Amino acid sequence: MIARFVSLLFDGFAYGMLLFVLSVGLSVTLGMMNFVNLAHGTFAMIGGYVTVTLMRQAGWPFFATLPVAFIAAAAASVVLERVLYRRLYRATDLDQSLLTIGIVFMSIAIAAYLFGTNQQPVQLPSYLTGRIAYGDFNFGVYRLFLVAAALAITAILVLGLEYTRFGARVRACVDNQRMARGLGLNVDGVFMATFALGSGLAGLGGALAIEPMGLDPNFAFKYLVYMLIVVAVGGLASIRGAFVTAALLGVIDIFSKYYVPEVGAFVLYLVMVGLLIWRPAGLFARR
Amino acid sequence: MTEIALSTAGLNKKFGSLVVAGDINVALPRGARYALIGPNGAGKTTLINLITGMLRPDSGRILLGEEDITALAPDGRVKRGLVRTFQINTLFPNLSALEAVTLAVCERRGKAGVWWKSLPSYRDAADEAYAILATLGLAADCERPTRQLAYGQQRLLEIALALAAKPRVLLLDEPAAGVPRSESRELFTAVAGISSDITILFIEHDMEVVFRFASRIIVMVSGRILVEGTPAEISGNERVREVYLGAGHG
Amino acid sequence: MTAETTGAPAAFNPQDVLRAQVRWHPLEILFWLATLLPFVLTPTYLVLCSQVAFAALFALSLDLLVGYSGLVSLGHAVFFGFGAYAAGLVAKAGWGEPISGLFISMVVAGFVGYLVSFIMVRISHFALIMVSLGLCLLAFELANQLHWLTGGDDGLQGIEMWPILGTFKFDLYGKVAYSYTLIVLFLSFLVLRRIVNSPFGLSLRGLRENQRRMPAIGAPMRKRLQVVYMISGAFAGLAGALSAQTTQFVALDALSFQRSAEVLVMLVLGGAGRLYGGLIGSIIFIVARDQLAGMNPQYWYFWLGLLLVFVIIFLPNGILGGLAQLVAHLRNRRS
Repeated sequence: MIARFVSLLFDGFAYGMLLFVLSVGLSVTLGMMNFVNLAHGTFAMIGGYVTVTLMRQAGWPFFATLPVAFIAAAAASVVLERVLYRRLYRATDLDQSLLTIGIVFMSIAIAAYLFGTNQQPVQLPSYLTGRIAYGDFNFGVYRLFLVAAALAITAILVLGLEYTRFGARVRACVDNQRMARGLGLNVDGVFMATFALGSGLAGLGGALAIEPMGLDPNFAFKYLVYMLIVVAVGGLASIRGAFVTAALLGVIDIFSKYYVPEVGAFVLYLVMVGLLIWRPAGLFARR
Repeated sequence: MTEIALSTAGLNKKFGSLVVAGDINVALPRGARYALIGPNGAGKTTLINLITGMLRPDSGRILLGEEDITALAPDGRVKRGLVRTFQINTLFPNLSALEAVTLAVCERRGKAGVWWKSLPSYRDAADEAYAILATLGLAADCERPTRQLAYGQQRLLEIALALAAKPRVLLLDEPAAGVPRSESRELFTAVAGISSDITILFIEHDMEVVFRFASRIIVMVSGRILVEGTPAEISGNERVREVYLGAGHG
Repeated sequence: MTAETTGAPAAFNPQDVLRAQVRWHPLEILFWLATLLPFVLTPTYLVLCSQVAFAALFALSLDLLVGYSGLVSLGHAVFFGFGAYAAGLVAKAGWGEPISGLFISMVVAGFVGYLVSFIMVRISHFALIMVSLGLCLLAFELANQLHWLTGGDDGLQGIEMWPILGTFKFDLYGKVAYSYTLIVLFLSFLVLRRIVNSPFGLSLRGLRENQRRMPAIGAPMRKRLQVVYMISGAFAGLAGALSAQTTQFVALDALSFQRSAEVLVMLVLGGAGRLYGGLIGSIIFIVARDQLAGMNPQYWYFWLGLLLVFVIIFLPNGILGGLAQLVAHLRNRRS
């Protein structure tokens, strides 16, 4: 009984960590540039498909594909930003939403064309499969890996934000863009770098998500909603908010899928709508 | 005994440890022309935001005449005759000046919620709007969209929108902001032409204009009222000189 | 800055200016006459035409919210779906009278709009986007869960409509369906046109142009938003009811995000804030989708996405907006 509870809790937390890696980039860039990028899920999907392709066509080992997934997604985001997004920085929320929704539609179609509509199977390296027993409890190795990876990434992000020059620039741009620009900071450059970093993380998350969440062309939209929930409820540009919300979301989702499977996503959406009405700026809003 | 049109009692507002309004007490007699001056960041616009309800005070009261309006929503205050203009043009870019002022007139008359009758049937609202625009010299361009108007005309439109609400108390936030010296004279002449029944408080940086049009001056520094007095008293006041010379040219 | 001008002639009548904006343009009359053409020119396509008609009504209802009031709605299908299910369930329960069914759906959907407005008045920007999306997803899940009521994935079937006004039976060729939907569309258009040209319509445009200024001129924003969500919801529900009655079926996708996105595309394609933009956009969209129906659904989403990107970047005011700019440009050149 307890074992089941702990196991679910751990699974939920691991799932939440994955959501965190997927969503944190969106949170920061939305908070910094106020640009509604609903195509964030596309970058995750790119990372996933890159990993699958490299592993299956080129025989690469899983770990080697991860940096490439990151870079590919980051590169794609830079291209999109230069060509399309920067024309709409001053546009309305609606226009930005519609542009990025258009990109999502296109990416789903392209993925279906290139890879078909079936779920992509992935062969994890053997040392990442199986379970580890610890007394009464046992934990999946891959999920342990996810948690470890996410915590490492979180540490890098938080420390980087606090202690590096780039981190200081990012914080300045999020806090007060006009003043940062006035002080001579290259705001556009900082934004592009942050955007690339965030999208790269999404790509990495997408690669990591193939096994637990499945990868098919609908990934871009299916999990977009979860990412948006993490960002909206967690509060924009709040790493702590995204972390806590993602963890909560993962736990709630796993628990409700197990205990009340018929209700499904309903509870999640209800909670999100409720929380946003109560705290429109998010639970951990910056002010 | 002169009737007090607008008064505040012990108005306070803090953002964290920053005091933007510290124990503000003002009393504007009916028909008065008061100027609110002070260095940048003194809290002048904040005070207007507090009085009009766009910002909620931490403590204190606001009275319009005899009525306590501290808890009243911003649109309710406008309905009772407390109207403001904005320092930065807050206009309707794609509406023509005529449409904008007609809208303000309809709001005042309580007709703007009517969705079953066509707008042209409110002939007198349109006429009134046109008359207001004419007194401010905007009649010729009233059909053009606001974004095509010259900056000075837009500042006048700010005032037109406020006048359409038939204010009893008018708060003008730097009405001539960004308007070159040569033109601000005209703008203030238009302001001076406003009925003496209306009480006016205006924020202004140009001391010449202040001394010409204000009967009394309130000086604010760092969220508090430093001193209040007639133009003669203020211009002779040492502390005011310090604040202004220290903070730079007004 | 202009000084006191004597240029304005004493005969200037501001009411004339307002009247000129409200008058029926000959092109408008031409447009509505053209809607009768399918009866003569393409009688085999009348079923498609009635689809266009209720899609156009759906787009009109969204235009009120997005084009005229400047509000974001990524989940407008929630009203459409409620209207569709209301009409379908009423008919299934035995009351197949079409016109009263329409009224019932409008009331239901309008009420949903009223409830939604309470949420929407308190939030803005990103939270507004999220909640509008969330409400639609919520409604979809709810309908999915209540499959004993809605038929779930299989959809609501067994809807049988009585003849309209006792005489006009819905026929297979769609003649009655198209007449029915066209009349409802036109009447709704007249109402919406009046709303948009009313003082209320002007205040909606004021809200769109500068939300901040509205309370400063004494506008009770909460009340206005309640009314606009109610009206917009009611007409979207009416469109849903029409779809339920004419196709005798309600699919779960009536509440889907896809449907919300599609109606946004139709509106933005034609040009928001012009009433006719939604009409033109839905004609183009539905006809194109029908012509490309043989296409693999994946490819359809590709072209849809590309269209969206293209329109947002190059034609931000839609086709009608682009045309208006062209006309103004040509007029300037001539003068």
